[in-house]
Amino acid sequence: MVCCLQSVIVLFVALRKARKQQQLISKRLLREDTQNGEGKAGMEIPTDPLSEQEVLQLLRDTQKGTEERKKSLSCLRQALQHKETQQKFVRLEGSMRVLIGLFTSSLADVQMEAAHCLHELSHSSDPAVAEACLPATSYLLTYLSGHSIEFTELCLYTLGNLVVESEAVRKQLLPQGIISALASCIQSPHEAVLEGLGYVLSQLLQAKEASIEIIPLVLDSALPQHMLQLVCSNLELGMGVAVEFAWCLHYVVCSCVNNALLISQGIMSTLVLLLLELASMVSKAVADGLELLICPVLRCLSNLLAEEMEGCNMQVQDERLLVALFTFMQYFLNHHLFIVQECLWLLNNLTADEPFFCSAMLTLDLIPALLQLLPCSRMVALLVLTVLCNIAEKGCAYCQQLHQKAVLSSLISILTLSDAEVAGQCLELLHLLFLHWPEAAADFFTQAGLQALEQHQHHPELQERVRALMNLATQPTAASPCSLVSSAAVPSSLP
Amino acid sequence: LLPVPARAPPQAPFRFSPRRLRCPREHELLEDGDIHRHLYLQDILVSVTQVTEKPKVSEFSCHIAGCCQVFDTLEGYEHHYNTLHRNVCSFCKRSFPSGHLLDIHILEWHDSLFQIMAEKQSMYQCLVQGCVEKFKSSKDRKDHLVTVHLYPSDFRFDRPKKAKSSTKHSKSPLLQNASMPVDIKTFEQPQVDSMEISPVENMENASQPLSSLISLPPEKHLNRSRIPSTICFGQGAARGFKSMRKKI
Repeated sequence: MVCCLQSVIVLFVALRKARKQQQLISKRLLREDTQNGEGKAGMEIPTDPLSEQEVLQLLRDTQKGTEERKKSLSCLRQALQHKETQQKFVRLEGSMRVLIGLFTSSLADVQMEAAHCLHELSHSSDPAVAEACLPATSYLLTYLSGHSIEFTELCLYTLGNLVVESEAVRKQLLPQGIISALASCIQSPHEAVLEGLGYVLSQLLQAKEASIEIIPLVLDSALPQHMLQLVCSNLELGMGVAVEFAWCLHYVVCSCVNNALLISQGIMSTLVLLLLELASMVSKAVADGLELLICPVLRCLSNLLAEEMEGCNMQVQDERLLVALFTFMQYFLNHHLFIVQECLWLLNNLTADEPFFCSAMLTLDLIPALLQLLPCSRMVALLVLTVLCNIAEKGCAYCQQLHQKAVLSSLISILTLSDAEVAGQCLELLHLLFLHWPEAAADFFTQAGLQALEQHQHHPELQERVRALMNLATQPTAASPCSLVSSAAVPSSLP
Repeated sequence: LLPVPARAPPQAPFRFSPRRLRCPREHELLEDGDIHRHLYLQDILVSVTQVTEKPKVSEFSCHIAGCCQVFDTLEGYEHHYNTLHRNVCSFCKRSFPSGHLLDIHILEWHDSLFQIMAEKQSMYQCLVQGCVEKFKSSKDRKDHLVTVHLYPSDFRFDRPKKAKSSTKHSKSPLLQNASMPVDIKTFEQPQVDSMEISPVENMENASQPLSSLISLPPEKHLNRSRIPSTICFGQGAARGFKSMRKKI
């Protein structure tokens, strides 16, 4: 796709709008390079869509003798790349019946061409065209238990495109046994088949009715165990399979239907180990597109932690996880900011309750790296400040170390530049620091922190908190009970 | 681990309390990642899978006796083999898309014990994997497929046997075998369009000598062409035959 910058921006605005309205429909297209076709002489991609007469003629030609039929089907397949031709085709009486008849032929190459035609139709952006493929679904499912890799793959992607199209399609596929068919098919050893299967499953799992109609069925089947295996598979050779199943797991986890089941199957440790491995791949700069796999895995862990289930915390307590997160954030900072955001979300969930990770942040000296992220974006700044609040809230030993890491100067800059929400989070952090480690307050005011505060003193959302902090400037530095106790117990150098 | 005092509630006017955040599907924080995923699926981004060239070999023909199809890719051959030769009923030469459907076919069409048992109990199993229902007749099963599983009423892989061959009989197995070849020719072929029957199938049906069927011992009823599912062709086991994904 050749785009100028303007059209890229327009595209993103449109996509963001679609996502906000939950109307982001993604379809996959498998289309062979015409050069690779076998003996398809004279097959040029038509520049114009066909007329209704031409479509009708092609349809008739597919009913003739074997050689003619194959050529006509190839032509039809090419022609069906155009939306208008697709629409004309499905409107012709009997056309789908003929196509499905060819699709179920025992002549392999006829069947394959017909399958490609169906696939083009399934990919249509016109819902009426995709829905015209409905009568083929029982056959698509039947063929999933076949052994031809390419054909099975094609059937899977066609199904996936249909699944995402409408609830009507899914309402038919579920009673037709799609879940059982997928549960059988997932035992295939072939990567291409597994990737296609992951795609179909991911489309099913993100349906709006999924948490009620689909996810319970999936969790009841053998699928979850396979998913957990496949999400770590084949990372060096080609991550396509792992990517699909990672997104599948994300859709299941964020629906919160039965995360206890997944936890009992070891999802936490599987995903933590996976992240560690991905971090080592990132640092060796092996493999492109890692963010596509990292993203859903981060989300799963974050949402699972948010469930606050028994024993979950213990399963993630591995310092290397922190190192992995910072490796990702540094690596993707310039090109995929969303990874930074989602890493920080996980970091929040790791540091909110358990002091383990708060301590580790300090002992591994990760605070400077965290502070460096503050200027990236508003959302990132909010998340960074929240994580710092999590650490500060743990008490004076933590605040003392934060103070030592020169948190204050970053806070003063950010306070000066920011909007109300970010400023508000700053104020919360300052409060916690001053509460547990009053020396920080004194230091703050000597660094001209007062002027930074004054900026916001009239803002309705902020003024109360600003005034509370400003009052500290006039009070003498009282030694809080905490600092008297802690100065003996806390090692001021890193172990 | 640094010491942590007991957690106290926030002091007014401050309100921060550490809290794990849960993001459901539509959460704002997930927007950008979702868009990235969408672009990947639409092939606008580079796919993470390696795309392999389909290997071309010099022409070769199908090794099944009587089949004269010729191929120049392993892939094409594999699909042909799987469609026509893999799950084939050795009695009537019909081919099926899966071992599962083939097994059901043999049971219902070629097993006399099945016929006997079917008179007393529900023997016709539902074709949908995962459904355990059984029925007294082929018609009942079809009704179930249509009403419960929303299958088309003309589902190609659920043709009922013609009445002629499924009538009750007290004949010996020998005579029953003898009646088979005659019936095969009059059976409705699995394909709707008669031109779709491969020439191979026609030839084999016509040339099946009566004598060879009569001499079949009873145990061979359940014989059929079967390849273990783990066997595949070419590079299938390692990489699969990938279509070239055309980047738009």
